[in-house]
Amino acid sequence: MIDVTSTTQMDVRPEPLLSARSVRKSYGGVEVLKGVSLTVDAGQVMCLLGPSGSGKSTFLRCINHLERIDGGRISVNGELVGYVQRQDRIFEMNPREVARQRRGIGMVFQRFNLFPHMTALENITAAPIGIRKVGKQKARDRGMELLDRVGLVKLAHSYPAQMSGGQQQRVAIARALAMDPKLLLFDEPTSALDPELVGDVLDVMRTLAADGMTMVVVTHEVGFARGAADVVVFMDAGVVVEAGPPSSVLDNPQSPRTRAFLESVM
Amino acid sequence: MQHSALTSRDPVTLAGGVDPDDIVAVPLRHPWRWVIAAVLLAGFVSLAVSLWGNPNVHHPTINEFIFSPRILSGVVLTLVLTVVAMLVSTVLGVLLAVMRLSHNPVMNVLAWLYVWVFRGTPLLIQIVFWGYLGLLYSQISLGIPFTDFTVFSVDTNTLIPALTAGLLALTLNQAAYSAEIVRAGMLSVDEGQHEAAYSVGMSPLFTLFKVVLPQAMRVIIPPMGNETISMLKNTSLLSVIAVLELYTVATQISSQSLRQVEMLVVVSCWYLFLTSVLSIPQYYLERHFGRGNARSLPLTPIQRIRAAVRRAPSTPVSERSDAR
Repeated sequence: MIDVTSTTQMDVRPEPLLSARSVRKSYGGVEVLKGVSLTVDAGQVMCLLGPSGSGKSTFLRCINHLERIDGGRISVNGELVGYVQRQDRIFEMNPREVARQRRGIGMVFQRFNLFPHMTALENITAAPIGIRKVGKQKARDRGMELLDRVGLVKLAHSYPAQMSGGQQQRVAIARALAMDPKLLLFDEPTSALDPELVGDVLDVMRTLAADGMTMVVVTHEVGFARGAADVVVFMDAGVVVEAGPPSSVLDNPQSPRTRAFLESVM
Repeated sequence: MQHSALTSRDPVTLAGGVDPDDIVAVPLRHPWRWVIAAVLLAGFVSLAVSLWGNPNVHHPTINEFIFSPRILSGVVLTLVLTVVAMLVSTVLGVLLAVMRLSHNPVMNVLAWLYVWVFRGTPLLIQIVFWGYLGLLYSQISLGIPFTDFTVFSVDTNTLIPALTAGLLALTLNQAAYSAEIVRAGMLSVDEGQHEAAYSVGMSPLFTLFKVVLPQAMRVIIPPMGNETISMLKNTSLLSVIAVLELYTVATQISSQSLRQVEMLVVVSCWYLFLTSVLSIPQYYLERHFGRGNARSLPLTPIQRIRAAVRRAPSTPVSERSDAR
């Protein structure tokens, strides 16, 4: 279902799916991102770790333009995020263009943010039917298929208020997948869950990763990062402190800040 | 067939086995409730008797006019005015609320100005203003400003008769209040809902209609019910520009018959009846937009009656307490 054939390993290194160059962002004079540069190749899973306030969630929200960056540039799939280049000039996108661009980037939130007035299935099909003009029946079939993938077919006609947090988050993942995104962003997807519900959500995420979905995950689940991530990035105070495969960042951290953080969470 | 609605809580099924651990106690008595109720009842009855028996109230007049064709036509016009003014003003109110919340500073200021003017002046004065618009502009014409070119030009009093003026006044005034109610409703929707909608590629307009407004409705409807009832009563103010609604008709009748009090009783009965009727759609609207919020929706009155009827023949009265 997710097309990864074009991104198989070749001797030529493919263009990264996500590339961020010296991204800066301030809130009222406080700089929360101080030049973050990262790249994610198609099919890769990147986990962002770091103490709260380190800017990792902000960075994630910049990727789909929920936050406007103040400096640097982000591009997804070769397209600048929030800006469009015509000839030699760069123009700010209008809301319609931003919305179109966001269709290729799915996002899963810490607090699920399901639409409470819609059933699980309606949550999933609302955007495909209303935005992409997919036929109702086709969208529903696909919605049921996605619910099956997250193991919640029997809750298709339940409202979010009737589900547990873990179930809501899995529906939210299915909703993000319904637009066939090239890139999936997770903003602390398990932080608002009861401990016994975390596993189900992480299982769904592991399956997605194994299927070749490109994912950027802000998380405190070091175990998930170790098992599923291709790249682990440790951020602190708005900068990338350390980045690399889990075996080096998690098991052999070079920076004392990374070491201190890992000791505190493990 | 045996009734299947019996639950395990049913006293019939429990009757045989009383748990020895259950406390059997004398319920708390509330004697003062009975005393207060009796005093109030006596007061109300004496008031009613004195009103009803008042020799200055001519009952045959009330009976004559309460269902008279003139009064009924006034009732119909009052209802039409209320419904049309509420519908149009709600649409306007949504538009104003969206303008107020938009990032466009021109729209923002415009909406603020509108609310400021229409909320800041008395409704009665607005009604008179629209009624007397002909004094301000005797002709209304469409053309290019500051030139002599006009497409058409009509007499103001032809274009805007009293009824239109009244409707215009009520609608424009109500829109200012509705705008604030709708705005409050939209603000009550969590910011995360916008973000979730945007993250799946919804445009701002699609987000507004499919995500924000349906959720805002839950907060908007109760105060809008209030506004509808105010509107119904405010239509009586149109008597100052001689729109033939309920109160105007009643005053016309009483000016001939000199039975003012009787006619006031007639119109009060009608207003009470109409406001009661208007609260029914509110209940169903609230239920509709409340879906997904309560884990299970409360029964509608009709469903409740049906359930009671189904149960009634074979169940003791005491069981009614479980229908919370």
